[in-house]
Amino acid sequence: MNTSNFIDRLRSGLWTDNPGLVQLLGLCPLLAVTTSFVNGLGLGLATLFVLTFSNALVSATRRWIQPEIRIPIYVLIIASLVTCIELIFKAWFPSLDRSLGIFIPLIVTNCAIVARAEVFASRNTVVSSVADGIGMGAGFTVLLIAIGFFRELIGQGSILSRLDMLVGGEPLPGLTLMDGGWLLAILPPGAFFSLALAVAAKSAIDQRRRTGKRAAMQGTMRPSIRG
Amino acid sequence: MSRSVASSGLTLAVIAGICTALVAVTYQGTRQRIAANEQAWLEQSLQPALAGVFFEGSVTESKLIIPAPNELPGRSDTLVYRVYAEDDPVAALFAVTAPDGYAGPIGVLIGIAYDGTVTGVRILEHRETPGLGDRLVSSRSDFVFQFDGRSLGDPDEKGWAIQRDGGQFDQLTGASVTPRAVINAIRQTLIYFDANRDDIFSALTSGDEQ
Repeated sequence: MNTSNFIDRLRSGLWTDNPGLVQLLGLCPLLAVTTSFVNGLGLGLATLFVLTFSNALVSATRRWIQPEIRIPIYVLIIASLVTCIELIFKAWFPSLDRSLGIFIPLIVTNCAIVARAEVFASRNTVVSSVADGIGMGAGFTVLLIAIGFFRELIGQGSILSRLDMLVGGEPLPGLTLMDGGWLLAILPPGAFFSLALAVAAKSAIDQRRRTGKRAAMQGTMRPSIRG
Repeated sequence: MSRSVASSGLTLAVIAGICTALVAVTYQGTRQRIAANEQAWLEQSLQPALAGVFFEGSVTESKLIIPAPNELPGRSDTLVYRVYAEDDPVAALFAVTAPDGYAGPIGVLIGIAYDGTVTGVRILEHRETPGLGDRLVSSRSDFVFQFDGRSLGDPDEKGWAIQRDGGQFDQLTGASVTPRAVINAIRQTLIYFDANRDDIFSALTSGDEQ
């Protein structure tokens, strides 16, 4: 696999096929944990890790696995990886583990991961499956931290609070712009509004790009029409 | 047909074996760290509720479980840590449950000195509304600090309530169910401590079997 292929997988995960924005997969954790930047980052990285390794394992074993038992095998692989991640979080990031709570074990049920195993990893080489896992995981992570950042800012009036949950050490309060904020952003409806805004923003950018391209094309065509 | 079933079963078994090995190795590698973290978390949450108390040894050394039924808030099995200095009892820590929080039970840690004054109150766990009830935790407001140094007679029975109910304690703006639950739990624990103090300190240490 060459680098342009790798960049393709990244672009697909981050933008054109973003698991959260386009495929609308894994919405349960996405909506539930994005109350702050650090929560989004923690769960995003955990998902990225699981996705990359599950893609690699599924792709590596794809020749030996009979089609009729593939789904239980995906579940086995993903569940074991998530259990390992949970243990690692408990050992090295205990406060983040307390904050994310049930959503670490629930990565098992994140349909984005089974979807990538079924749609991509079971049909492609290990290297491109790893690239796909990194791309999709990064796309999911970026969306989680963007929504987490937004909701934390509006709902709590702070920026990047409690980063110590990830990096360790003394509690870091982050940057507090105002004491308390618009509560709705932290509550579940705020999650839906934020996601809707993100999906709408992506559509708007895509559309502008398309019309921009068309205009550019018309611009280049015009002389020939005149001529 | 039966052959393909057998080979499918074998594949499944091999993959299950590999996955189990992976989890087992990770478990072995993280076990000690996780146990240490849990102990540290417990001690870390216990220490602040013992402000101004001089004691010896580890807080978690002398553990006692007061079985249900009892007159403590929550009326369930309650964990108590007794703290000593030179074999004299100096304080007790109660991990009680305030059953009537806004969104389910609230775990409250209450430190009480031997003479019956509160040495500190901390919230162990809760599900209160973010931005409203969750301001009761010590990192987000001073709510829990107003109980330090108080006792059963200070304030009197009427005073053990939020100001809106004619009591002496500050409420959390916009949330009155949450502070009521916590204040009631503290007062109930103080009453229990007052009535059973000698039994609490003379009881044998409970094992770790729970």
